[in-house]
Amino acid sequence: MSTHVVRLPEAQLQPLLAAYNASVRSRRRHTLLILACVVVAILLASVSAEVSLSKLAANIHRFPSYIVRLFFLESGQPVWTDLGEWFWGLPRWLRLLGETLLMAYVGTVLGAGVAFVLAFLAAANVAPSRWLRVVVRRFGEVCRTVPTLVLALIFVISFGLGPMAGVLAVIVHTFGVLTKLFAEVIENIDMKPVEGVSSTGSSWHVAMRFGALPQVMSNFTSYTLLRFEINVREAAVMGFVGAGGIGQDLVEAIRKFYYSDVSAILVLILLTVAVIDMLTSKARHRLIGLEGKS
Amino acid sequence: MSSPTSPMRQRYPQHFQRFDRNRFTMAAIGLSLFALLIYAMGRLGFFDGTLLSGLGRLFEIVSLMLPPDPGSWAHVKTYSISLLETVAIALLGTLSAVVVALPVALLAARNVTAQRVVRFLSRRSLDTIRSVDILVWALIWINVVGLGPFAGALAIMTADIGSFGKLFSEAIEAADRKPVEGITSTGGSHILGIRFGILPEVFPVLMSQILYYFESNTRSASIIGIVGAGGIGLHLAEAIRTLELQQTSFIVLMILVAVAAIDFLSSKLRFAMIGRRGGVTV
Repeated sequence: MSTHVVRLPEAQLQPLLAAYNASVRSRRRHTLLILACVVVAILLASVSAEVSLSKLAANIHRFPSYIVRLFFLESGQPVWTDLGEWFWGLPRWLRLLGETLLMAYVGTVLGAGVAFVLAFLAAANVAPSRWLRVVVRRFGEVCRTVPTLVLALIFVISFGLGPMAGVLAVIVHTFGVLTKLFAEVIENIDMKPVEGVSSTGSSWHVAMRFGALPQVMSNFTSYTLLRFEINVREAAVMGFVGAGGIGQDLVEAIRKFYYSDVSAILVLILLTVAVIDMLTSKARHRLIGLEGKS
Repeated sequence: MSSPTSPMRQRYPQHFQRFDRNRFTMAAIGLSLFALLIYAMGRLGFFDGTLLSGLGRLFEIVSLMLPPDPGSWAHVKTYSISLLETVAIALLGTLSAVVVALPVALLAARNVTAQRVVRFLSRRSLDTIRSVDILVWALIWINVVGLGPFAGALAIMTADIGSFGKLFSEAIEAADRKPVEGITSTGGSHILGIRFGILPEVFPVLMSQILYYFESNTRSASIIGIVGAGGIGLHLAEAIRTLELQQTSFIVLMILVAVAAIDFLSSKLRFAMIGRRGGVTV
């Protein structure tokens, strides 16, 4: 079977080929230019960040050996040979883990509660007043851009060492993030039910309650559950700056080179986070299922 | 208005029931969640006066923070240099994570790696890396290369390998398989299929994820200094601990401005690189 390929005469082909080559060349030049910029940026950044590959090469063996040492007890045995010794501090760690979970819970509920109210003031389509909307939005932005640990450091000075500072930091951050997400959910609702309720002469809050709320409730709950997952992780490191929870013991174990304690606490945290993730994702799926039914 | 015999009520009896089972369960769940909240607040010391006395002190501290003031020009210079260092940490961490994560993501993607064992192992290791907090990675790297920004860059790299590996492999799995089939049909090898069939398609997605992570890493880089891994966090923690409150608010302000600037730049860059429509959406 032979196929007939139409071949243009050379005279016609040449300019086409030249144009093609030129366009390929210009794209190549473009890519090379970008690459050169990236390389220059990397070099500048390496100087600034004191990167020294020789130091890394000389010390890199410590990284795997550190990880391996995490799984050996003081006596030199592997950790799984003596679970009682590995998890010697279990009662204390479980109490601290419980505290971490409570911090995440209170932080999520209170932060979401405030965000729930303020999101209606921040959503463009239902906000009762323009300047109030701008104020709430900016406030939320500030709350979510300041890193949680910085907030925790400031709260530690005013509330003293302990979980209170951590909870407040989690509340502020959660509020900042959820106000934005909730307001976006509200901005996406169907306005007809709200108009319907308003047309009966009811006030703003009644219109929100019966027009907007039923549409946004499932999304709100889903975002709040997602935030709870994240907050458990955040609460676990609050202790790094003295703001309560399991982080305190973790950072102490790392700093004082209690290798097996580090791995034991990390295992506990990872297990807790995994269980929480599983439970909340189950709850979220149930919620989506419920919404589909009604 | 709504008498018991109103037609509305006769047509939709279920909506006028005072107690239905659904509502009862919801109320029970709500009540128990509320009880847990009150218990937790009690355990964490919300009701024993700490909150009130602390709020007074917080108000005092915040008023002492205003207006932001660096103290002296020398401070401004030090802070600017360490802010640049923070951005450098974020840049290096992000880029080196990309270099490591891309091959791992290919190994973890279902449409690239047929080997189930390889896929499973690469996924689980990505999960493990991701679930350890960046501050813990920073502390571990400090043990390896010593205090300083280098440890910070390595920590960001490690933490990002986990996230990038997952995101990239998801993007790769979402890619259309027809280009790969086209290349294989012309006799191209598996590697060529990945290079010319998959990579061009996922490139815009990866690009926007990388830029987004660069921005969020600037935030992370500004706090890992608190544990000694370089960047502006060191000065920030120091200023807070020595109660130089006006300097504290100045540094926080600098971080906010830097993050906003990077946010602006990266969205510009993203649009310039992949066009307004944002390339392939997943």
